[in-house]
Amino acid sequence: MFTEENRNSQISQNSENSFSPDNELEVSKIVKKLYQENLSVEIIGSGSKRRIGKKLKCKKILDLSKLSGVIEYLPEELYIKVKACTPIAEIEALLKKHNQELAFEPLDLGYMFYGKSNKGTASGHVSCNFSGSRRFKVGSIRDHVIGFRAVNGTGDIIKSGGNVVKNVTGYDLCKLICGSFGTLVALTELTFKVLPSKENSNTLVIHELSTKDATAMLNKVASSSSDTSGAVFLPLEPKNGNYEQNIESLFKLNDLQYKGPFTAIRLEGSKTSIQERLANLKKELDLDGKEISNLDTYQSTLFWEKIKNLEFFNNSKNAVLRAVIPPSSCVKLINFLDNKYKYFVDWGGSLVWFEVNDLSNSSLQPIRQFILELNGYLTVIKHPDDQRSLEEVFTVAPDRLDISNNIKKSFDPKKIFNPGKMY
Amino acid sequence: MTQLVMPKIDKKILSNKETIVKKLKEITNSNNVLSHESELIPYETDALTAYKQIPLVVALPETTHEVSEILKYCNNEKIKIVPRGAGTGLSGGALPLEDSIVLNLGKFNKILEVDFGNRCVVVQPGVTNLAITKAVQHKGFYFAPDPSSQIISSIGGNVAENSGGVHSLKYGTTTNNILGVEVVLMDGTICRFGGKTYDSEGYDLLGLISGSEGLLGVITEITVEIKKNPQTVKAALIGFPTIEDGGNCVSSIIAGGIVAAGMEMMDKVLIEATDNFSKAGYPRDAQALLIVELDGTKSDVDELINKVSEIAKKNNATSLKISNNEEERLKFWAGRKAAFPACAAMSPDYYCMDGTIPRGRLAEVLKEINRLSKKYDLPVANAFHAGDGNLHPIIMYDANKEKSLEKAEEFGADILKYCVKVGGVLTGEHGVGVEKRELMCEMFNDNDIQQQLRIKKALDYNSLLNPGKVYPILKKCVEEGRARVHRGE
Ligand SMILES: Cc1cc2nc3c(=O)[nH]c(=O)nc-3n(C[C@H](O)[C@H](O)[C@H](O)COP(=O)(O)OP(=O)(O)OC[C@H]3O[C@@H](n4cnc5c(N)ncnc54)[C@H](O)[C@@H]3O)c2cc1C
Repeated sequence: MFTEENRNSQISQNSENSFSPDNELEVSKIVKKLYQENLSVEIIGSGSKRRIGKKLKCKKILDLSKLSGVIEYLPEELYIKVKACTPIAEIEALLKKHNQELAFEPLDLGYMFYGKSNKGTASGHVSCNFSGSRRFKVGSIRDHVIGFRAVNGTGDIIKSGGNVVKNVTGYDLCKLICGSFGTLVALTELTFKVLPSKENSNTLVIHELSTKDATAMLNKVASSSSDTSGAVFLPLEPKNGNYEQNIESLFKLNDLQYKGPFTAIRLEGSKTSIQERLANLKKELDLDGKEISNLDTYQSTLFWEKIKNLEFFNNSKNAVLRAVIPPSSCVKLINFLDNKYKYFVDWGGSLVWFEVNDLSNSSLQPIRQFILELNGYLTVIKHPDDQRSLEEVFTVAPDRLDISNNIKKSFDPKKIFNPGKMY
Repeated sequence: MTQLVMPKIDKKILSNKETIVKKLKEITNSNNVLSHESELIPYETDALTAYKQIPLVVALPETTHEVSEILKYCNNEKIKIVPRGAGTGLSGGALPLEDSIVLNLGKFNKILEVDFGNRCVVVQPGVTNLAITKAVQHKGFYFAPDPSSQIISSIGGNVAENSGGVHSLKYGTTTNNILGVEVVLMDGTICRFGGKTYDSEGYDLLGLISGSEGLLGVITEITVEIKKNPQTVKAALIGFPTIEDGGNCVSSIIAGGIVAAGMEMMDKVLIEATDNFSKAGYPRDAQALLIVELDGTKSDVDELINKVSEIAKKNNATSLKISNNEEERLKFWAGRKAAFPACAAMSPDYYCMDGTIPRGRLAEVLKEINRLSKKYDLPVANAFHAGDGNLHPIIMYDANKEKSLEKAEEFGADILKYCVKVGGVLTGEHGVGVEKRELMCEMFNDNDIQQQLRIKKALDYNSLLNPGKVYPILKKCVEEGRARVHRGE
C-alpha cells in the first residue's frame, strides 16, 4: 500500500496524490488507509461536476473513473445495474436500444461549464440529484435509484436497496446518497429503475404571455389530467449588456420562427393519445385565439434536449444559480428576477435557473433571503468565472445542520470525504 | 403465542410507573394518559396479532410541543417509546414493550391545509390515508399511494412504513409522494425535512425518515403531494391455464413498454376464496388470474387495453373480460380487495407475507411456495402485485392447534429466504418490524447493518425509539469472522 515512504517509489510524481483504483476492494483498501492516516480526499468520477460546491482543499484525490461498465441490465425487470462511474451517455445508448430510458432525464451540465456536451457519470448525477423537466411527473433521481454499493469513510464496503422497486427492508439509504455530493460514501455500484421511452413527443409553444399569465399556465399544466411531461417558460434575456442574447437563435426551429418570450408544454406517448390530449389541453388552458406553435416529435425532442443541456448558459462567465420553490410562488420570484437576470422556469413553475452577472457573497445574500422567504432553496451551481469564490453555495436550514452533521459522521467519522464541499 | 426476545426490561422504569404517569399528565391533558390495564389492552398488539405485550403507559399527545416534551423527558429518564398510528401494521412495528410508553398519534387527526396551488395537502399524522383523497376529490385530485388498509391506516404510519398499494407500479409508494415532514427526534428536537418544494438541499432526511418504522423520529406533520385524477380508467380481467402463462404475460406487457396503473395476480386458491366471498365473477377454472388496470385519456386506455388483450392471447389466456363501466371495474377489484377476509372465511387464522422478487421469477417462486405448503402441511393462497414483483402469500393456520403458528412462521421465513435467494428482498411494503428482524442477515452483512445502526445512533443516541424492531437481536450477520451485532447493540 502507500505509506509515506513507499508511495513515491510506486506512484509517479504527478499522480502522487491521486489514486485510481480498479475495483471496489481497492477503493476499500485505499479508504481504510486514508482513514487511518486521517487524510482528506476529493472523490471524482469524470470530474464533470467538480466545479459545483465549495472549493476543496483535500490532501488526496480518489479518482473512481475506472469503476465503469454495465454490470447487469434486464429490460423486462426494468432495472440497470452499473459500476458507479459508468458514463451516463453509455447507459443511455444501451437503454435506447431496448426502447427504455432513465426517465429523470439526466442533465448535461457540460455546456454550462465547458461550452460542450459532458454528461458525466452515473455517480455524478446521483451525487447532485438534479433532475430534468419531467420531475413533476416521474420524480427526481432520488426516486429512480433503487440500490447501491459503496465504501464508507472508514473503508467498509456497504450496500442498501436491491434490484426491485418495492423494497422497505431497512433504512432507505438510496435516498440519502442522492444529493450528498460525495460527502457520505464513495459509490461503487448503482442500480437504477428504468422505464419504457415514449414513442412520440409533441410540444405546444404558446407565444407572448405575461410573466403572470405564463406562471399561472405552468401551474395549470402541472396539475392537468392531460398527462403533460414538461412545462417551461423562457422570457427573453434582459438587454442590459450583461447576458448573452442566445435564446431566440437557440430555439429557432422550422415550426418555431417566433421571437419573444414563450411557454412550452410537452406531451409524450402514442400519436393518437397525444392528439387527444392536445385537444383536451387546449380546452383546459383556454388556448383559443392564442398564438401557438406546434412542434412535432423531431423538433420537440430537439427542443427539450436544449432545455436539458441548459444551452442558453453556454460557456457563460456569469454565476448560474438554481432555485427550487413552491410553484405558487413562482410569479413572485420571476418578478424579482425579471429584467435583471437571465432566467428560465422549469418543472411547471417549481424550478428556476438563473444567471447572475457580478455575483459576490454580498450580492448573493439578498437573493437567497428572498428565496428563503418564499420557502424555497437556492444553490449556486456555477461560481462567477468558475473561481469558486462564493462561500454559501447551499441553503441548509439551521435546524438540520446538527442532524446532517451526525449523519455525516455516521458514514464518515473523520470527515475525510469531500470535506467542506457541502458540510 | 411465540416467544419473542425483546431488549432488556428496565425494572426501574416499571417501578417508577406512578411518577412517569404523573409527569405525562403534567405535559398533556390528564385524560390523554392511559395507565390502567383495561385501558392498555387495546394497544397490546397491531395487526400482527401473534405478538402481544401490554405497555407501561399509553400517551395521546395533542400538539407537537407535547410530543417534544414527552420525548425529551423520556430521553432524560431513558424510557422507551413506541410510536403508534392506527395499529394496522403487519410486521409488529407498533408492538409495545413492557417498559415502554406507547405514543399514540390518534389525536393528531386534522387536515391542516389543502393547497391546490402547490398541489399538496398538509396533514397531521393521525389522518387516514383515504381522508386525504376525500378532502381533495371535489376538485378532481387524489393522493396516489393506496394501501388496502387505506380506510383505517394513518398517513403517519404510511410514511413510517413507506406503504404502497396496487397503483405503486405507476405512481410510486409513499416516499415518492410526499414533500415534507415535521419530525420530533428522541431528544425533543423539532425539525422539518422538505416543505412544499420538490427535493431539498442537503441530505435527503425526508427520504431517510420514510420507511424508518418509527426508529428515527416521531412524525408530527406531513405535506403530501396530490395528483389530478386520470381521465379514464379501465381494467382487464384475464384468466390463465398456468401460473407460468400469467407470469409470462406480465413480463411481455412490461417488455411491450406498457406501464399499467396496476397489475395484480392471484393463484387458484385465492381466485376461489375471493370469488366465494365477494361474487366477483372470477374465472374459476383458471390457475392464475391477472387484473391489469390502465389509466390515461380515453384513446390511450383503449389502445393499451387492445395491446394488453393481444399479449394475453399470445400467452394462452383462457378468459378475458374488459370493464365497460366503473361499476364493472370495481367489481373486478372487489375480489382482490377482499383477499384477507376471504382467507379469514376459509381458515381460523392467516399470516400474510410480503417479499418482493424479480417479476420474471414468479412461476419459480410460486412453485417453491407450493412445495413448502406441502412440507409444512399448511394451505397457502397467493396475491401478487405482479407489476412490481411484490408477493403476498397468505398462509392459513389454526392458532389453537399446537405448534401451528410456529409452523406458519417457519413457512413464512422460508418463503422470504427464497425471495432473497432469487434476487428479491424481505419486504416490499409491510416493513421488517419484529417479524422479519432476524431475517435481516439474509440480505445484509455486518457492515451494512452496522452502518444502519450508526444512523440510528446519530438520531437516537440511547436507542429508545421503538427498540427491538428492524435490527436483529438474536442473530449476527457475520461475515469474515466478524460479529458485532448482538442484542441490537
Ligand atoms: C387489512 C390490511 C391491509 C393492508 N394492506 C396494505 C397494503 O396494501 N400496503 C401496505 O403497504 N400496507 C398494508 N397494510 C399494512 C399497514 O396498513 C401499513 O403498514 C400502514 O401504513 C400502517 O399504518 P398505521 O397507521 O396502522 O401504523 P401502525 O401500525 O400504528 O405503525 C406502523 C409503524 O409505524 C410507526 N409509526 C406510526 N405512526 C408513526 C408516526 N407518526 N411517527 C413515527 N412512527 C410512526 C410505528 O412505530 C410502527 O413501527 C395492511 C394492513 C392491513 C391490516
